[in-house]
Amino acid sequence: MIRICDVKKYHGIPAEELKRMQDAHVELTRITYDHKPIHRGYTDKYLTVDFSRNSIEITDIDPKVKEVFTGGKGYCLRYLWDEVKPSTRWDSPENAITMSPGPLCGVTQYAGTGKTLLCSISPLTDTPFDTNVGGYFGPLLKFSGFDGLTLKGTAKEDVILVIDGNKNTISIETAPLEHEDAHVLGEELTYMYADDENDRKNVAVVCAGSAAKYSNIGMINFTFYDPNRGVVRLKQAGRGGLGRVFRHKNIKALVCKFSGVKADLNDPYDISIINQVGKKYHKEIHDLDNLQNGMRKVGTANILEVMDAYDILPTNNFKFGSHPGIDRFRSTVFIEKYLTQGAADGCWYGCSMACAKAADHFKLKTGPYKGQAVCIDGPEYENGAGLGPNCGIDDPEAILELNFYCDTYGLDTISFGTMTAFIMECYEAGILNKEITGGLELNFGNWEAALEMMHQIARNEGFGQIAGQGVHKMKKIFVEQYGADAQFLEDIGMEQKGLEYSEYNSKESLAQKGGYGLTNKGPQHDEAWLIFMDQVNNQIPTFEDKAEALYYFPMFRTWFGLLGLCKLPWNDIVPANNSETDEPAKVPEHVQNYFDIYYGITGKHLDTPGMLRMSEKVYQFQRIFNIRMGKGLRKNDAIPYRSSGPVTEEEYLSRQERYDGQLVDLVGFTKEQVAAMSLQEKMAETRKYREAEYEKLIDAVYPRRGWNLNGVPTIERVKDLGIDFPEVLEVIEPLQ
Amino acid sequence: MQLNDRPYLHWRQGMSIQDVIDERNFIYPKLVVKLNGKLIRKEDYAATLVAEEDDLKIHHLLAGG
Repeated sequence: MIRICDVKKYHGIPAEELKRMQDAHVELTRITYDHKPIHRGYTDKYLTVDFSRNSIEITDIDPKVKEVFTGGKGYCLRYLWDEVKPSTRWDSPENAITMSPGPLCGVTQYAGTGKTLLCSISPLTDTPFDTNVGGYFGPLLKFSGFDGLTLKGTAKEDVILVIDGNKNTISIETAPLEHEDAHVLGEELTYMYADDENDRKNVAVVCAGSAAKYSNIGMINFTFYDPNRGVVRLKQAGRGGLGRVFRHKNIKALVCKFSGVKADLNDPYDISIINQVGKKYHKEIHDLDNLQNGMRKVGTANILEVMDAYDILPTNNFKFGSHPGIDRFRSTVFIEKYLTQGAADGCWYGCSMACAKAADHFKLKTGPYKGQAVCIDGPEYENGAGLGPNCGIDDPEAILELNFYCDTYGLDTISFGTMTAFIMECYEAGILNKEITGGLELNFGNWEAALEMMHQIARNEGFGQIAGQGVHKMKKIFVEQYGADAQFLEDIGMEQKGLEYSEYNSKESLAQKGGYGLTNKGPQHDEAWLIFMDQVNNQIPTFEDKAEALYYFPMFRTWFGLLGLCKLPWNDIVPANNSETDEPAKVPEHVQNYFDIYYGITGKHLDTPGMLRMSEKVYQFQRIFNIRMGKGLRKNDAIPYRSSGPVTEEEYLSRQERYDGQLVDLVGFTKEQVAAMSLQEKMAETRKYREAEYEKLIDAVYPRRGWNLNGVPTIERVKDLGIDFPEVLEVIEPLQ
Repeated sequence: MQLNDRPYLHWRQGMSIQDVIDERNFIYPKLVVKLNGKLIRKEDYAATLVAEEDDLKIHHLLAGG
């Protein structure tokens, strides 16, 4: 086991090298600004930067916007709506990236309070896409005086935006010599803008990576400086391809510098209640984490072997739910051999959950940094599952190296994993071959080929140019250019709305099919993660039960994104007496903690109905935004059959006892009838049943959410929520 | 015996709650276990036997990231 006290500090960057790079900067514009103090969690100031015009504008946030949209994701969506048109696509000049930390962001007394929300029109989905990220940029942006930031226009050359929250200056500068890859660029800019070693923790960098400008799955990294290791750490605004938008605007990086973080910077109404709740929570982590998920040891990767045991771990492009090589990559392997233990691995101050684990001085085997010993953030569960078993890979060092290169190149690990799994299945099905892939033997399990394909994406060459487009666009290419069967690709291509699925096998949970399919942005599990409640616990057996869960959890979870909070501290540890409560799945004591912190910051009381209503305003607004962009209807909520049932004979036969039994228990055939059926007949009946169940689920969920059966929010619901703005009604009135 | 409101076909005389957990390979650590509506603590899983007519609920507190 590796302990932090035994980890050597990383080498920095020579001062002369930094000076050479900084000397090459040309300042394009600079402003000074009045730094308005935060009041009860808000600055009420918004920063807009137009890179086409090198303009920087600071405006007051309309009190009505604050009242309706709260902050975070709400602000991101509202400001993005005002920038774009229905015809706007990801690369349109008017497309913007909006960011907002939220009113509770920056609290230092509780865990998971440093989240930033981002939105943009996605290159994958053509709709407004939200993603959240840790790291220091969001909190430091707010402490520098801003509740939100819009990045729009396109710079003529690579530029950086530098916000100094102590000197109250903002500048746009060219940055021609800095490297592109995030682990290098993040470090260069941190060292460059810090006054000295102690000041590095006060510098936060936002950057993508060399692959992001070529790939629709490009993501954006947010840094924080880790003084124990002497290295810059990376957190990811991973999903939706926002890194590609960022680099298309020729934004190389954002830098925010602010020193003086302390517990009362949010100007809380009652700091004592926040202190009390924080102390109670930290004690829970201290006393219970070892007995529960072990987040402080391995982060979210603790569930790798759990998902495998319950047949939910995606394996070989979601064909199966468990991998025979699980013992090679279960969480204990990472704890014992790779992830440094005992480190304060929070991605914002005060996060005692400390789940941002890292492998230190890992020697890379491939690519441009081959032979170098690097710090790798992760793997989180999604990375481990997506880059590992879903691609048939069970080598933990391959998973770590894939994780590292995804991060530094600016590629979303989830989309890369799911897209590579899709390619591998196409390769094994004969749709692709070595001639098409340029010699890459992309069989399941070939991690070296997967890595080489990723390096090709970063170099914008070879088969990487095709792979980097994502599953949705690859399906079309494979049909048109390589003669693939379109229906087969629709069935096995694990994307919906253009977004690659995250890493859970949902075949046996109807509620989770809805948790993926009936989402605003596509199949990411952050709206509703119901597999265990449904498939294992059987707590929501009826359509009405599932519909209620698919109302409550998306609204509940949306709230975290409005306030600038991480969801993990809500339920990845629970109070010792949680099982004695009426609704253990909702972790009532932790929900009350959030109400207390909200009161402590804002001075306003909140309860569950108020929380859900706060979220629903934004949730419905996002649905209507999707409709405005030409999506967001029932037809867009259709899911690929691989997410719902067995596409191939191999899949059916692998769980034949289960599927045969369901034809009797659920569909209504007799055992004798099933015994007389051919395999193809059984597969057809299974598919017919499962697809019909999903349609029935939609029929139950839409009314619960206040939508008509085409998925359009009703005017009555919109009026009740107070989001009946003329531009909103204009979108939905023709569709009532 | 009913497990999570579904018939449990592998019940046998003398079976404990811990036996059910082991046989079902319920390896996740955060479980809420109720036998006929009564909360059973973890330290009592092995000593608590399950009768054929019992209603056993083993709920996993796992709701994703």
